[in-house]
Amino acid sequence: MPASGWIEVDELYCKGCELCVTACPKEVIALDMDRLTPKGYHPAHLAAEGCTGCGICAVVCPDAALTVYRHVTQRKQPSSLVH
Amino acid sequence: MSKQLLKGNEAFAEAAIRAGCEGFFGYPITPSTEFLEYMSRRMPELGRAFVQAESEVAAINMVYGAACTGKRVMTASSSPGISLMMEGISYIAGTEVPAVIVNVMRGGPGLGNIAPSQGDYYQMVKGGGHGDYFPIVLAPASVQEAIDYISLAFDLADKYRSIVHVVVDGNMGQMMEPAELPPMRPLPKTAPDWAVSGAKGRPPRALSSIYINPYDEEITNLRLLKRWLEIEKNEVRYAEIEMEDAEYAVIGFGTAGRVASSAVRAARQEGIKVGLFRPITLAPFPKQRLKEIARQVKRILVVEMNSGMMLDDVTAVVQGRVPVEFYGRMGGVTPFPDEILGEIRRVASNAAPVNGNAREEWIQRLETIIGGQA
Amino acid sequence: MTTSQPATLVYQRPTSFSEATTHYCPGCTHGIAHRLVAEVLDEMGLREKAIGVAPVGCAVFAYNYFNLDFVEAAHGRAPAMATGIKRVLPENTVFTYQGDGDLASIGMAEIMHAAARGENITVIFANNAIYGMTGGQMAPTTLPGMKTTSSPYGRDVELAGYPIRVSEMLATMEGAGYVVRASLHDPAHIRKAKKAIRRAFETQERGLGFAMVELLSSCPTNWKVTPNEALEFIAKQMVPAFPLGDFKVHPEIAKLRV
Repeated sequence: MPASGWIEVDELYCKGCELCVTACPKEVIALDMDRLTPKGYHPAHLAAEGCTGCGICAVVCPDAALTVYRHVTQRKQPSSLVH
Repeated sequence: MSKQLLKGNEAFAEAAIRAGCEGFFGYPITPSTEFLEYMSRRMPELGRAFVQAESEVAAINMVYGAACTGKRVMTASSSPGISLMMEGISYIAGTEVPAVIVNVMRGGPGLGNIAPSQGDYYQMVKGGGHGDYFPIVLAPASVQEAIDYISLAFDLADKYRSIVHVVVDGNMGQMMEPAELPPMRPLPKTAPDWAVSGAKGRPPRALSSIYINPYDEEITNLRLLKRWLEIEKNEVRYAEIEMEDAEYAVIGFGTAGRVASSAVRAARQEGIKVGLFRPITLAPFPKQRLKEIARQVKRILVVEMNSGMMLDDVTAVVQGRVPVEFYGRMGGVTPFPDEILGEIRRVASNAAPVNGNAREEWIQRLETIIGGQA
Repeated sequence: MTTSQPATLVYQRPTSFSEATTHYCPGCTHGIAHRLVAEVLDEMGLREKAIGVAPVGCAVFAYNYFNLDFVEAAHGRAPAMATGIKRVLPENTVFTYQGDGDLASIGMAEIMHAAARGENITVIFANNAIYGMTGGQMAPTTLPGMKTTSSPYGRDVELAGYPIRVSEMLATMEGAGYVVRASLHDPAHIRKAKKAIRRAFETQERGLGFAMVELLSSCPTNWKVTPNEALEFIAKQMVPAFPLGDFKVHPEIAKLRV
């Protein structure tokens, strides 16, 4: 069973810089052109199925705007992100 | 403890240590170097911080950092070094952290020389660094007084979270004089409630001199000003000799005041009713007492080892009530008591008003004395 | 997107970070560098004894972005200020965060001598080859030919000299225990950069002397490119001019697995 997960984007922090959009290996993050953050940016969001919860988006985020979760599978515990 | 023969700079350094100085950061410069050398011996002995910095700029910024921890810290330097420190001094003032800075003044401007001078009066008293702030300036006139006032400097710095300059000159830094050191004060066990120490069990603290919003900066300037008015009310200090019945007043600080005291005593022997008024706090300037003196005496003679800097503060207070005359030596020249005695005799026998500018009249007399024109 | 299936937290905002939003431009890697420092302080449990020293430059408000004690230095003087703090509070963890104008131009004397003294502090050095805060002027690390507002024809080395490679220089200091240049231009390099920051703090905690991590960083606004193009510029232009590497690693730190 492939790993699956999801991200939460804190729109207070997100500045729509698109670094996570480019970095995402599954190409499932996009800017949400229908929304504006309080600072006036289009925030990043999960735009498609297929997030593995790998956390690479959080590694490149300059504003620590992302929280990343991964569903627990029975076989394998996810390793922590950047240790 | 009894009196012992002490060398100025070393005695001042030991006084700072006994007042609880936990960090000294400096750079060698004549005529203050013995201060640094003494600290380099004593501070490590006591397990306290000593760094010979790469420059005065670095030294004052080390003082700035260490001052942010709430510990008693200081530097000592001499005129050109103090100029370099002005950046950090302004930041320290803007951040409202306490620091004690000793300036063993020498002749200038520029590289000047290493002889005793009071030419840094404006720089010390009027601020020197950029921005709206008010340093406390203490000007002792003997080794003993410097020892006492260095202790006071730390107390005032802490009390008002202020910069305290202690200004002496090469005469006092280099002289040996009998004096008594105070006992060693115990170091405080806790830090003040504004100091950085690591945000353990409390919200983080940020110490900064930046107020990017002008209205916030204005409130800070106002806070500093109100604190200064408090200091003006509480912390004025001066010394007087023979002022009770004086008809003439000599006004001088530091070494100039000390030399003038000999001249005043000699003039009294001659029957001239002259007294000495010696401001010890150059800032806050003893305006109230000076106003009283201006009502009491017929004439005032200001004596300085500069071109008449305190003279401007005196005339601003006296406001033409009585004539104010000036006698100064510059460039690192210390006046002899006889020179000042001569001036006292002249002032006491001269009923004429000062003709225009006290400085101009003095320049004419000075050029006769030094036997040449600039 | 949540489900009833059990889940683990893979990443969340570090507690050494404050709740403030930064004033940095979108995609500016200052944010990444700050975040890595906060993550390392969290992991090492240093938040409550850490004291940061903020610079003058874009990171002037760094003290707002960390949830720990901070002071704000004069331009270039952060290593001197950190020295003063560390000398009177040797048990605390003291670090500076500085840009290239601050560290390699006006503060060159302070950084060199802090390293020479083996001052037991950690320095995070963001090198983006430009003065960001004042609007994109030539910096001591600006690349030859690079256009800035004060080198409008491109940096002419005949007139304005060459970029300074700070890490190589500081690695010659005996007092330095750890000097590394890393980059923030992609996830793999960011992970390496974090390890370097971890080792730089480990160097301080072990009393092994001066530690600095130089981080090749982006300035999309003043380079006048998008954030992603800026990362490409780091990879293609800056890395060749400022080679990545461990220029000095104390043997005790080299043994360390982080």
